[in-house]
Amino acid sequence: MPTKPDTTLPLGPDSGRAPGSGPDTVLDLDGLEVHYELSSGVLSRLLGVGTRTVKAVDGIDLHLRRGEVLGVVGESGSGKTTLGRALLGLAPTTGGRITYHDLERGPRRVSSMRGAELRHLRTDVQMVFQDPHAALNPSMTIETAVGHPLKIHGIARGAELRRRVAAALERVGLAPAEQFMEKFPADLSGGQKQRAVIARAIILDPRVLVADEPVSMLDMSVRAKILQLMLDLKRDLDLTYVYITHDLATAKFFCDRVAIMYLGRVVEIGPTEEIFANPRHPYTKALLQAIPEPDPERSVPRDLPRGEIPDAARPPMGCSFHPRCPVAVENCGWESRDLRVLLEQHWTRVDPATYEEEKALVGDLDHLDEPALEGRLGNGAGAEQVGGILERIRQENPEDPFWRGVADLAAEDDGLHVRFGPGEDPPLRPAGGVEVACVLYPAGTSGEAESVAEGSGGGVPPNSGQ
Amino acid sequence: MFGRLLSPIRGTTGFARWILVAGLVLTGVFLVFAIFAPWIAPYDFNQYQAHGARFPKMAPPSGNHWLGTNDQFFDILSRIIWGARTEVKVVLISVAFSVVIGAPLGLVSGFVGGWWDRVMVFLMDAIYAFPSLLLAIVFSFLLQGPLGGGTLAAALSLTVIYIPQYFRVVRNTTVSAREATYVEAARAIGARNGTIMTRYVFGNVIGSVPVIGTLNAADAISTLAALGFLGLGIQPTVASEWGYDLSRALDDAAAGIWWTALFPGLAIVLLVTGLTLVGEGLNETINPALRKRKLIRAVLPAGGPLTEDEQEVTA
Ligand SMILES: Nc1ncnc2c1ncn2[C@@H]1O[C@H](COP(=O)(O)OP(=O)(O)O)[C@@H](O)[C@H]1O
Ligand code: SF4
Ligand SMILES: [Mg+2]
Repeated sequence: MPTKPDTTLPLGPDSGRAPGSGPDTVLDLDGLEVHYELSSGVLSRLLGVGTRTVKAVDGIDLHLRRGEVLGVVGESGSGKTTLGRALLGLAPTTGGRITYHDLERGPRRVSSMRGAELRHLRTDVQMVFQDPHAALNPSMTIETAVGHPLKIHGIARGAELRRRVAAALERVGLAPAEQFMEKFPADLSGGQKQRAVIARAIILDPRVLVADEPVSMLDMSVRAKILQLMLDLKRDLDLTYVYITHDLATAKFFCDRVAIMYLGRVVEIGPTEEIFANPRHPYTKALLQAIPEPDPERSVPRDLPRGEIPDAARPPMGCSFHPRCPVAVENCGWESRDLRVLLEQHWTRVDPATYEEEKALVGDLDHLDEPALEGRLGNGAGAEQVGGILERIRQENPEDPFWRGVADLAAEDDGLHVRFGPGEDPPLRPAGGVEVACVLYPAGTSGEAESVAEGSGGGVPPNSGQ
Repeated sequence: MFGRLLSPIRGTTGFARWILVAGLVLTGVFLVFAIFAPWIAPYDFNQYQAHGARFPKMAPPSGNHWLGTNDQFFDILSRIIWGARTEVKVVLISVAFSVVIGAPLGLVSGFVGGWWDRVMVFLMDAIYAFPSLLLAIVFSFLLQGPLGGGTLAAALSLTVIYIPQYFRVVRNTTVSAREATYVEAARAIGARNGTIMTRYVFGNVIGSVPVIGTLNAADAISTLAALGFLGLGIQPTVASEWGYDLSRALDDAAAGIWWTALFPGLAIVLLVTGLTLVGEGLNETINPALRKRKLIRAVLPAGGPLTEDEQEVTA
């Protein structure tokens, strides 16, 4: 594809195509970041402190190929919606860039678009929202709502508008269209609303459709029908899909490629069959073990150790999955907060008397919340006993990956010092037919690290640091 | 749009409905007076003679003058009925103006947010915090020059008082409606801010306006009466106004002449009560929804409030 002169190319001089993108890509994401600054109370704003950053999307490289269905899978809070919104310029890009390859006008930088150009982008990239009950204006008829994109962009009006709305409605299975045009969203069922939302999205004849969990709020009975409709539309209208979901089962059925997201990053990406047949990243493995999930609304894999997804404003050091990773090794990013979690989890298992006793020795844990490679417990006098507590915890579960991260335990004058080895924040690296962000798959491996990754029963995996 | 404005009435139930009905009946009587005054009232509001004969001064209620006459020889019943027309005119004009000015200001302010919003909220809160009668006095004083002591001047001085209320309610509902998915969806199809405000937000935030409208109407009646009582409202030669009549009649009561004060006073009380009942009746139904809408303003979908140490970490 010939590149156009610089004037029509709102890209910097360094805009050469990123590796992996080719003439067949429709959207390129290079190191995309969407960070939200959250200011807290009035006082801290006056003092100029206390803003924190939620890294909703934190450095994503993706190349969306024309005509594919790319699944974006992850737990709630992993940044999937934000990623989808960024593709339409609805979420602010704070770092990196998104390039849209317009078939007529060449590559355009989405992340720096404003006003008219942004609105024009939205004739090509459209979105289907998660909640069909909220995505339609309650005081607008279906006819007006579905036809509004055409009106906004000055494409059709009057009888022509009505004809095209009817065609779009029938195309998505709301037939006969006359029966639905005068209705308000409240008169439709969830499935019908989502069909109307899809009709509104396709009426501009877009090239890319971002579908943000399009069936997660619908009844089981209509899910398959809506997904089938989307597949039909893709075939008939030459669409490219970004299919966002927390449900691996539908992703398997629906997608050509799957990107697994965790805390704003892609941790594994590859062809669907390969990801499902041969998951590499420990998080992907855990997700796959979690399906089939009896309750579709509850997508959080239950067998992940130390349950919760961490706060996106304060991600763990190193690999952000390490606090939950069953096969983490010493350089996965162990830090002071993990020490706190270890102790608190231990205390949930002991009797109250033991807790009181140990708590008195260990002292306040709040200082451990400051991420650091070293954590101090107790004060000088009790350092040896604190060491004893840790030793007992270790005896209870010597296989806990936490201990692989501990480099040194030293009783010193001011307490027991727990030192961790330096961690690594693994980037996405090719491994076999996929790309994985995990220290177990260092650059240049064939991707056959299974013997290592499966070793949850064995000893500490060999150091794969450098 | 009209159906949307009326929807709260349809949704009313139980106690709220009785309040609403009682209020509507009371208000309806005065509305009939207002609309059909020329046909209902036996005489004109400033008529002091009929068939060549002067009316008696301060005559007690009788067959000729059902509610008696006052010190200006006017027929009190006629003054009440014509007065209803004045009140309704003033209320309609002032409420209409304050809606037309306050609601769009609130819509824009809540939608664009930021610096402009903060200035507007501050300004409106300042007006709101000011004693409303004092404000009305100041404005009627200022407006009497250019507009004369007529209905329009009185209505406009009331308008100023009520703008902040529409502003606040519409702004607050807009702030939460702005976050709705359908607004994001409108943006996603390429709608401009103006289009989003008028087509997507306005229709969904205007539902709370009728309640304030009726409550303001009640308040407007008493404020207008107070202005008239102070001689700052509508001048007696321009139109009949209950507050003015009441102020003239105060001395009579001491002399045993009760009818000149009682009837205008009663008219004020009854109309204010009627409008308040309508407003409260609507409020009963709508307010839960209103309160909920106001509370939605959340910046962060997930995650709790900050603790001190979290702030330190990121500082
Ligand atoms: N507008 C916003 N302002 C602040 N934080 C946001 C905003 N949108 C999303 N976030 C935060 O970003 C993270 C990712 O959210 P989201 O993209 O909705 O995840 P998902 O769709 O995977 O559930 C969450 O922690 C969420 O709280
Ligand atoms: S880098 Fe790999 S092994 Fe280490 S914590 Fe992350 S996912 Fe687990
Ligand atoms: Mg989401």
